[in-house]
Amino acid sequence: MADSDLVMYENEFQRIDEELQKLHQQANATVVFLVDKNGQLIASAGDTHDIDTTSLASLTAGNIAATGGIARLLGQKEFTILFHEGEKDNIHISLIGQRVILVVIFDKRSSLGLVRLRVKKTSEVLTRLFDDITSKAEKEKREGGKAAESPFAEISDEDIDNLFK
Amino acid sequence: MSFINYSSREINCKIVYYGPGLCGKTTNLQFIYKKTNPEQKGKLISLATESERTLFFDFLPLALGDIRGFKVRFHLYTVPGQVFYAASRKLILKGVDGVIFVADSQIERMEANMESLEDLKINLAEQGYAIEKLPYAVQYNKRDLPGVAPLEEMNKLLNLNGVQWFEAVAPTGVGVFETLKSVAKQVLLELKKHY
Repeated sequence: MADSDLVMYENEFQRIDEELQKLHQQANATVVFLVDKNGQLIASAGDTHDIDTTSLASLTAGNIAATGGIARLLGQKEFTILFHEGEKDNIHISLIGQRVILVVIFDKRSSLGLVRLRVKKTSEVLTRLFDDITSKAEKEKREGGKAAESPFAEISDEDIDNLFK
Repeated sequence: MSFINYSSREINCKIVYYGPGLCGKTTNLQFIYKKTNPEQKGKLISLATESERTLFFDFLPLALGDIRGFKVRFHLYTVPGQVFYAASRKLILKGVDGVIFVADSQIERMEANMESLEDLKINLAEQGYAIEKLPYAVQYNKRDLPGVAPLEEMNKLLNLNGVQWFEAVAPTGVGVFETLKSVAKQVLLELKKHY
């Protein structure tokens, strides 16, 4: 397969969550999201009650993918930052380490300058974190061991059939 | 590329519906949306033109239930079928876990089917996937129309590897869940192999 699957354990998830909480607070943002480049939501911070997070994740990834396509047509490697300005809310989208997308939604209580500054700091931390996750996954693959008990080893046809009842 | 989250105990997988323009990819998703319980599904998002042709993609998140304490979620996507949206189709295949090829059974669409299948193979190869190795099924849609090609003929042209195939009438749901189930099952068994 082209990409390896993204496997996340409790420990790493907590570190990511902490980073997002910190960013949410320091950037005075409404909501902060971390999305996989393929459109799957990884984590969020802030009040996500009124937001359809799954759809938002998939559309953000589509947005980044389309922008990446445009970049390549123009001979650029990638546009790493997207910014959409709305009447009340604004959205700042940035690509981290070619792998995940950081989304910050903010209103007039914050500013683009502040968001950019804080995002930059968070990006550095998250890049290192995801490097760790990737190297851990590669190590496991090489050694054939698993850090946690796999939920799939015992999957049966019956389990799968039950999903479709 | 599946996303397995041990922290929230979730597995997310991506399945893409591929096929020529107007073959019924969006209709497949609409039927699935109509027939699933509200608590199992998210919004069906369609990025379409005013004439309801898919512009970028349709998206439907589906939570089917639990396997061994893990929530299993499938993200279903369609590609825009029209030939000139080639660049968009490539993007949607990124990180795919399984593909459903929807073919239009009408004889006059056979060339479009073959062209789309070729396009799929090329786009998958560009991402480092081989169609033979990917969870994959073929759906022969629009079987209720007059003037459809015989199944034997379609298998010969569109299913050289002899993968699982299904007859379908997407608007009434014939074959829709059967096709999805086939690929979903292959995706989960693939996970079993790797983890």
